[in-house]
Amino acid sequence: MAKRLLVRGNEAICRGAIEAGCRFYFGYPITPQNDIPEYMSREMPKLNGVFIQAESEIASVNMVMGAAATGARAMTSSSSPGISLKMEAISYMAGMELPCLIVNISRSGPGLGGIDASQGDYFQAVKGGGHGGYHIIVLAPASIQEMYDLAMLAFDLAEIYRTPVMILGDSVVGQMKEPLVPHPRPHRELPAKDWALRGKGDGEQRFIKSLYLGDGELEAHNWKLDAKYREMKARETRWEDFQTSDADLIVTGFGSAARIAKTAVMMAREEGLKVGLLRPVTLFPFPSAAFAERTARCKKVLDVELNTGQMVEDVRLSVARDAEVYFYGRPSGTGSLPTPEEILGQIKKYY
Amino acid sequence: MQQVFKRPTSLKDVQTHFCPGCHHGTIHRLVAEALDEFGLQKETIGIASIGCSVFLYYYFDIDVIETPHGRAPAVATGVKRARPDRFVFTYQGDGDLAAIGTAEIIHAANRGEHISVIFVNNTTYGMTGGQMAPTTLLGQKTSTSPYGRKPQVEGYPIRMAELLSGLDGVAFSARAAVNSPKNLMDAKKQIRKAFRYQVEGKGFSFVEVLAACPTNWGMNPIEANERVGREMCEFFKLGTFKNTAEL
Ligand SMILES: Cc1ncc(C[n+]2csc(CCOP(=O)(O)OP(=O)(O)O)c2C)c(N)n1
Ligand code: SF4
Repeated sequence: MAKRLLVRGNEAICRGAIEAGCRFYFGYPITPQNDIPEYMSREMPKLNGVFIQAESEIASVNMVMGAAATGARAMTSSSSPGISLKMEAISYMAGMELPCLIVNISRSGPGLGGIDASQGDYFQAVKGGGHGGYHIIVLAPASIQEMYDLAMLAFDLAEIYRTPVMILGDSVVGQMKEPLVPHPRPHRELPAKDWALRGKGDGEQRFIKSLYLGDGELEAHNWKLDAKYREMKARETRWEDFQTSDADLIVTGFGSAARIAKTAVMMAREEGLKVGLLRPVTLFPFPSAAFAERTARCKKVLDVELNTGQMVEDVRLSVARDAEVYFYGRPSGTGSLPTPEEILGQIKKYY
Repeated sequence: MQQVFKRPTSLKDVQTHFCPGCHHGTIHRLVAEALDEFGLQKETIGIASIGCSVFLYYYFDIDVIETPHGRAPAVATGVKRARPDRFVFTYQGDGDLAAIGTAEIIHAANRGEHISVIFVNNTTYGMTGGQMAPTTLLGQKTSTSPYGRKPQVEGYPIRMAELLSGLDGVAFSARAAVNSPKNLMDAKKQIRKAFRYQVEGKGFSFVEVLAACPTNWGMNPIEANERVGREMCEFFKLGTFKNTAEL
């Protein structure tokens, strides 16, 4: 049997990234993700990798930009206010088509807010966040194993689509300990990095930029990016389906909220209620088709989030026209994490 | 017949977009000559900043990355750490380096990153239309200091070459100008020295080059060139402020 480890989510991300070949980490301290830079500061030197605690989140994400431009697998991590600071560079890298991993172990807001679990950054992660109308792939793990697996997947997707990829977690999945089964990185065909800067040698000059001033240039570039987003939507949506096939009500939610909701779904099943869970794993691209298919039959969806309603907008856009979408959420703050019993009460209210 | 003057191979045979009398073109040439002299063209990754020099990749025949405003030293850090065998330099204006990017330049310098920085100080924001820069001289009128820079209101011009020379991570720091043949030859030597520091693995090197921006100074090229010598060299002294390896 494969070796099982008992680790925190934040460590699982590090282990997944390292297994994926990431040897460049640049970050800045902020709770609740400090175990990521701390782990990387210990491990990177042993692997001949690079760890830099930068002067700010802005500097760290720009260091990622530099390393990524040479074709290296590079990452940064932070939490909500720090991710806000990184947004300019994320927009640049979306425009420059640079692959990298950005981890947001998000905290509550707005402003300095607090350090409790929150899903208040869904809009920021999924709807652009930075300026200019771009998308990046956003992955939402709900377990420690998934923190590990998605960190590994993130680097492959980043290279396949030449895009930054974000892992959106929170202090629940970041700080919690659970068994993790490490495994080698699955083999995937990856495109050649014929864009990476290397010094021109005897070849043609290469440059990486996001400024396009010529007539029609930027529009063409944006159509190219748009085609890429459509390809992601067609090929990369991922979700977890738990007992939705006979369900009369489907509960949805992502990340830690979906974990709590899953317990509530199991409690409902024990009481004989036909309830299932549909959990988006990719928040962008959003698994719209999975919602459309299931709501052709099941007409009730209850969305649970740790905010006052963000992903629910995408759920509403995805379900069959005659399906009802209910929402239950609480904005973040100490003591605001809903219990499974609380969500069971909501299930019964709408069932 | 012997050819004594030719275009450096690191520069492309294209016309630049710089205004008449702008010193960016001259400084580009000096940088390209230094790259040629050390045979670095094929192994260089240039880090462009945001300002009138954003099109570095159109003029230099080398690999280049364009970076967000002020962040060139951080991007250079990422590039150099990933490819320590490559020659990495940033080319930044005074708005880019001494205002929005102050944190990045100080910390890249203080970490002693093995990169070279070419800092073009023209006492104004060229690209955005001549606003006040951190290096704008006292009394100087700009589009956002229309009554002249007053220390009580806008503070003082900042001397980056001296400031950075105080950091332990900095191996070489100098200031040069290109307003006269003599200064130009000195500037060339300082840039060459800065590059030698990196080539020989001797640490972080910095050259500030005083430059004319006739367009935003409201001067013709001759007047602007004269102002560099008359006003700028007065406040921003030319010279070497740090030279740890005594190159
Ligand atoms: C975040 C951000 N803020 C502002 C700008 C606008 N901007 C472009 S260039 C520039 C200043 C350029 O001045 P300088 O660095 O002195 O270079 P020069 O044009 O004089 O060579 C500014 C403020 C920008 N591109 N990005
Ligand atoms: S605006 Fe000034 S710095 Fe920019 S190209 Fe013209 S003269 Fe040069």
